[in-house]
Amino acid sequence: MPEEATTSGEEDVLRAPLVLEYPFKRTTGPVIGAFLTALREGRFIGIEDDQGKVLCPPVEYDPASGASLTKLVPVGSEGEVLFWSWNQSVRDGQPLDHPFAWAMVKLDGADTPMMHAVDAPHDAMVTGLRVRAKFAEERIGSMDDLLCFEPVS
Amino acid sequence: MTDTASSEPAPIEIPEGVWSQPEVDMSAIEEIASVESVRSVRAFASLTYDYTPGLATTRFLRAIKEKRLVGERCSETGKVYIPPRGVSPVSGMPTTEQVDLGLDGTVVSFCVVNLDFTGNAQEIPYVSALILVDGSDIPIYGLVREIPYNEVQPGLRLKSVWVEDSEMTTSFENIKWWAPNGEPDVPASELADYV
Amino acid sequence: MRDVAIIATAQTKHVRSATTVNEVELIQPVIQEVIERSGLGRHDFDFTCSGSSDYLAGQPFSFVMTLDAVGAWPPISESHVEMDGAWALYEAWVKIQTGHADTALVYSYGKSSPGDLPRVLSRMTDPYYEAPLWPTSVDIAALQARAAIQAGVTSEQAMADIAYRSRTSAAANPFAQLTTSAQPLALMDEEYLADPLRRHDCAPITDGGVAIVLAAGDKARSLCSRPAWIRGIDHRADGHHLNFRDLTTSPSVRIAAEKAGVANGPVEIAELHTCFTHHEPILRSALGLGDDVEVNPSGGPLAANPMMAAGLIRMVEVANRIHSGEVSRGVAHATGGHALQHNLIAVLEGEG
Repeated sequence: MPEEATTSGEEDVLRAPLVLEYPFKRTTGPVIGAFLTALREGRFIGIEDDQGKVLCPPVEYDPASGASLTKLVPVGSEGEVLFWSWNQSVRDGQPLDHPFAWAMVKLDGADTPMMHAVDAPHDAMVTGLRVRAKFAEERIGSMDDLLCFEPVS
Repeated sequence: MTDTASSEPAPIEIPEGVWSQPEVDMSAIEEIASVESVRSVRAFASLTYDYTPGLATTRFLRAIKEKRLVGERCSETGKVYIPPRGVSPVSGMPTTEQVDLGLDGTVVSFCVVNLDFTGNAQEIPYVSALILVDGSDIPIYGLVREIPYNEVQPGLRLKSVWVEDSEMTTSFENIKWWAPNGEPDVPASELADYV
Repeated sequence: MRDVAIIATAQTKHVRSATTVNEVELIQPVIQEVIERSGLGRHDFDFTCSGSSDYLAGQPFSFVMTLDAVGAWPPISESHVEMDGAWALYEAWVKIQTGHADTALVYSYGKSSPGDLPRVLSRMTDPYYEAPLWPTSVDIAALQARAAIQAGVTSEQAMADIAYRSRTSAAANPFAQLTTSAQPLALMDEEYLADPLRRHDCAPITDGGVAIVLAAGDKARSLCSRPAWIRGIDHRADGHHLNFRDLTTSPSVRIAAEKAGVANGPVEIAELHTCFTHHEPILRSALGLGDDVEVNPSGGPLAANPMMAAGLIRMVEVANRIHSGEVSRGVAHATGGHALQHNLIAVLEGEG
């Protein structure tokens, strides 16, 4: 607690600001690493399960059977909003600094959706909305490379 | 499972690929396969709290601003805890009696630190010690200075060295470090209960 | 299987912010109270297990600190889960089943007020794909609510009805935090907090704690006139990634309910860990509860939601009604993770 503690008023108990930081570096492994590499290149990839279903973002194991997944495949940069919610009070670290929609977006060529932000007015949000990925100008191979999705005009 | 009398366990055959991820097939995404792969990400997170230390610790921190060390007594065992958390770990009952302690103490245990931890302002080597404050029954942590590190030993008598009066806050950091007070060492036998 | 029962319970008066106390000061009176009610001495417990999370108050190793309140020195046989106390109860139940204990003290607590709880809970998401976006617990719940509404599982009107019923039920609960509600129609006029969720759809942020005592067989009968026997208990988890789940159903609840034997007798009451109104219809359906089953007579988490304790409190609310003779058989549900990811189901019964 670097700062002088202050009292909380009637109970006269001390209080002080406390910041906990977690400066972790995480290894990605080949599957997540490939997805983030693709983001850096301004593209999306998914991974095929043994039924030929494409999971995007890709994971190492089939979420139902646990079988190893290995076949990485390209996925489109446009897709469809399956469902959404509205985020009126934006918090630190979220993809946009003004109110936006959270959405499950199923990209063309994928069979599962990914959660991300859609930058559109509240009254434009509707299930089935077609959206397109907006990438950062400078990309480093992280989730930050994908800024948000925007409606396809 | 079979219930055989054999004492030799059957050899286990480890199938290929069980212990590590199989190699991924990037043939369908050659433009990704041909560039340098991402191998790690920074996953930085910061969480901010409005921390309150509670009643007993508030009493302790208020006293420390007045250059007093105050412990709290367990009504069942008579033991005095510092810094107090409000409850006795032996009886599980609230500690309600505040006890003014001395500003001197005794080294119960110590170590010589030779590692330069990130964010550590200390010059190495330095001595971290568990110090039994006079009148208390549980040692607290402190730095020992003003003595060569290889002369610190259990039983060494110490005085607390405080920041200037003008700099005193409701913080344990008011005690800068501990230094020898010149009194004779306490015999190890008297410290046996606190190690 | 050994017969194991909840024989005593205690909980805090739940509040938005227990500013004056640290975590051991918060939970100590509850532990003292449950020990006194159990008829056992402080050092008579064969096993102690607690549930809490350091992320809530930003207090590293707070569970070590709160162990002071059980008198853990000289060392006792104890354990801790970084989960809701319902899972601490589960561990204690397993310990008793193994024969290594006949009695156990279980407690859990959460002091969420020092932090921004919805933001803190974003740290539970997948660290590669989801956590970098910092989605809050409310954001994720709102996505689930939309999916449930679209699927016809619930409606904004039905959710307002649940909020109203929960908070008016809580008027009879001396420990509840929210005990009044506007009429459902008036609730529907409120602004969205996170469309389709309004403030009334969300459980409050709460500081509080809970403690219970478990005992086996004749020990339970000798200490309690009408023990609440745990006739079935099971917990299951759905996948971690939100995008691979059907958020409108709960396969983990359905399987846990089957394993715990929910359908083996009439369900008189169900206490469900509904952190959001739309959780209730999802859970009712997965548990196979008819419309006639009374859900959350205590008001449930929508009336008081101390993180890490609210699940165990569901078991307490059912057990209390069995102890008093009010009901003979009830179901308790606890959840962890986002959008009902991990679920525990227990069936509690009285005898005779």
